[in-house]
Amino acid sequence: MSALLEVNNITKMFPKVRANDGVNLVVEEGEIHAILGENGAGKSTLMNIIYGLYRPDSGELKFNGEVLNLSGPHEAIEKGIGMVHQHFMLIPVLTVAENIVLGAEPGGISYNKKKANELIREISRNYHLEIDPDAKVKDLSVGLQQRVEILKAFYRHAKLLILDEPTAMLTPQETEELFGIMRNLKNQGISIIFISHKLDEVKEISDKVTVMRRGKTVGTLNTKETNEQELANLMVGREVVLRLEKSEYNPGDVVLSVKDLTVSDEQNIEKVKNVSFDIRSGEIFGLAGIDGNGQTELIEALMGLRPIKSGVIKYNNNNIEKLPTRERYKLGISYIPQDRQQEGLIMKFSVADNLILKEYKNSQYSKNGVIQYKRVFENASKKVEEFDIRPTDYNLLAGNLSGGNQQKIILAREVGSNPKLLIAVQPTRGMDVGAIEYIHKRLLQLRDEGSAILLVSLELEEIMSLSDRIGVIHNGVIMDILDGKSATREKIGLLMAGSQIEAKKVEV
Amino acid sequence: MKEILLNPQLWSATLAMATPLALPALGGTFSERSGVVNIAMEGIMLIAAFFAVLFAHLTGSAWLGLLGAIVVGMIVAVIFAWAAVTLTADQVILGMAINIFASGFTAYLLNTIFGFSGTPTDTPMLPNINIPVIKNIPFIGQILSGNSVIVYLMIILIFASNYFLFHTNLGLRIRAVGENPEAAETAGINVIKLRYLGVALSGLFSAIGGAYLSIGLLNSFSTDMSSGRGYIALAAMIFGKWTPFGSFGAALLFGFATALSMQLQNSAMSKNIIMMLPYILTVLALVGVGGKSVSPAADGVPYTPKK
Ligand SMILES: Nc1ncnc2c1ncn2[C@@H]1O[C@H](COP(=O)(O)OP(=O)(O)OP(=O)(O)O)[C@@H](O)[C@H]1O
Ligand SMILES: [Mg+2]
Repeated sequence: MSALLEVNNITKMFPKVRANDGVNLVVEEGEIHAILGENGAGKSTLMNIIYGLYRPDSGELKFNGEVLNLSGPHEAIEKGIGMVHQHFMLIPVLTVAENIVLGAEPGGISYNKKKANELIREISRNYHLEIDPDAKVKDLSVGLQQRVEILKAFYRHAKLLILDEPTAMLTPQETEELFGIMRNLKNQGISIIFISHKLDEVKEISDKVTVMRRGKTVGTLNTKETNEQELANLMVGREVVLRLEKSEYNPGDVVLSVKDLTVSDEQNIEKVKNVSFDIRSGEIFGLAGIDGNGQTELIEALMGLRPIKSGVIKYNNNNIEKLPTRERYKLGISYIPQDRQQEGLIMKFSVADNLILKEYKNSQYSKNGVIQYKRVFENASKKVEEFDIRPTDYNLLAGNLSGGNQQKIILAREVGSNPKLLIAVQPTRGMDVGAIEYIHKRLLQLRDEGSAILLVSLELEEIMSLSDRIGVIHNGVIMDILDGKSATREKIGLLMAGSQIEAKKVEV
Repeated sequence: MKEILLNPQLWSATLAMATPLALPALGGTFSERSGVVNIAMEGIMLIAAFFAVLFAHLTGSAWLGLLGAIVVGMIVAVIFAWAAVTLTADQVILGMAINIFASGFTAYLLNTIFGFSGTPTDTPMLPNINIPVIKNIPFIGQILSGNSVIVYLMIILIFASNYFLFHTNLGLRIRAVGENPEAAETAGINVIKLRYLGVALSGLFSAIGGAYLSIGLLNSFSTDMSSGRGYIALAAMIFGKWTPFGSFGAALLFGFATALSMQLQNSAMSKNIIMMLPYILTVLALVGVGGKSVSPAADGVPYTPKK
């Protein structure tokens, strides 16, 4: 094997941040090379440099032994470098084929649809990536959209494929499918750079792992010769607790009570059907389920973001189903939404402003309608330190922080306000192991202090390690509510797939 | 009423009135498909209308008048693009500024160059065209034949634009840039260049529309003679769901309302009510009656490439 990509001593400065600081990396032909690193370690920045989107301040890139001086992605593409971004780069209203060939369309002046479709079918066949070229991208699932992104790279004959957190948005099933594709590509001699925060995924799929910390590469290991604990420690630079200490389950009064709740989507199709459950103070209630089984509609109804069709929502014994969202916040309910970029943050506001988005009206932060910035900044510097948001400058725009650090801002705002009820949807998505460890500790602490927590996650691991009780939702119906201690992966898995009878059998 | 509807004059007037709406609507389609909201089309039309007369008068040729109008209109469009695309200024405020400037600028030039009496009466006009065979068909011939050359040019441009936008690679790229410039850039496309192209095309089409007002329909210029057509064209474009054929259809509808109000000058029915029709239709179009139209996703959002 020989080196396909060599990164030598790359440095990249952003205003106030050294995102890459003397980075070195070698990727061999036909290997899957994982990059691990804390949030803000500089992984995405490095990938954007390799793809020609950012220009490095110093250092050198070599591809196939040849020095690269990229002035834009079109040159990286030409050399055989493809990238699937952390946030997809697709055009929803165009077809699969149009998205794939865009920028390198076959034929002359006219768009040759037949030729384009033919070429795509051929690549689909060669790489085992089935897709309908005439489908509109907006009608595809997340997993299929990712497939389009991968096809985009191979349409341009990529020899190196960069996948920036490809599994963050996928269901476990889709992740397995992606791994199948990756193995296949590897067998055909393609090199892959794979970024993930999930150590088990890295262990399963990669040949080598390079660890980054604070803009530097701290080492490259053979995956076979390492273990998850060693990787976690190397990444964070200290001992990380991968197993959680949980104190006794000691539930109090019912905080949230949902009875016979039915909710429809925009097309007036019932997505939540007659759902009932209670959550008590001092309890974490996990909601497990495959994405798209009514979780979104249920949560939005609880938060007043979507009208309900029928049913009752009680909070501390008072009906709240008619209250607007703002009033619900005032009662002490906090909410970590699924989509941090659209719903959780205002990307063009500073970190400090984002941290008081919900409370700016309170006397604490405003006097006669004028915001008291001294207090706002005090709050910001406290939260930034407490939740380890990096960089620590709270005047930066939220949009300029790394993905995981954006998530930390929301957590600092929602968890940090000591809510009586916290509704958390995928709270640790995109976070590194160190940050997850901290957030899990905070959630458990909140529970021990008597808060009620509704935790929605696609990750069974997270649900099982935190929850006191687990509700499994399938097709808008809560199939069963299990005891957190005795629930098994298999049983939850079967319920998630909708087979109640078989799940009951497992119980016997 | 029946009499009026059977009068071929009503229908040829519809075509005549639709033309100065369809042309800028077509221009707006290109500009907005590339992601730039170009309100300045109103001002560009007005400026072009003036320079069309000026150049036609100076050279004695209506064709050179048209050419001059196009050149000046495209210069204004490129200035707009420079501020809106390169400097990422607010597109709506910028467009308003250009429109206010255009109104004052043309009024000033009219007075200083031509004086009190207005533009000279011997300014040449663009020709009308008779189509052989068709012109002899009763009724139809009176509508389809004998219109200004610009009317026929407009119809050709509608078809050509539709082909360009939806059946060529460059058209695909323009649409991509207006939907998701970041995605287009990562696919190796030069976003800035294509947005300049979109705006330049809107300048071209608006300029032809402006020249049509002053040396196609008439042979004179008067202050503010574009009278909001650049804005109504934007409504036609939205009504037409950002497509060339849709824009043309909407322009025909608006043109019909105008033509009808002209025919009703002498009838008992209040012409003022009919005159309101295009504007009512505009409001309805904007609030989404007749199917919600979905604008290009990055329409009006400036783009700054990464470094
Ligand atoms: N456009 C930008 N402007 C200013 N700072 C930036 C910009 N992009 C990234 N940064 C900063 O550079 C550092 C590295 O960010 P990067 O996105 O590479 O991290 P990452 O390793 O991908 O993290 P994550 O795992 O959270 O996605 C961060 O401190 C981030 O705030
Ligand atoms: Mg990243």
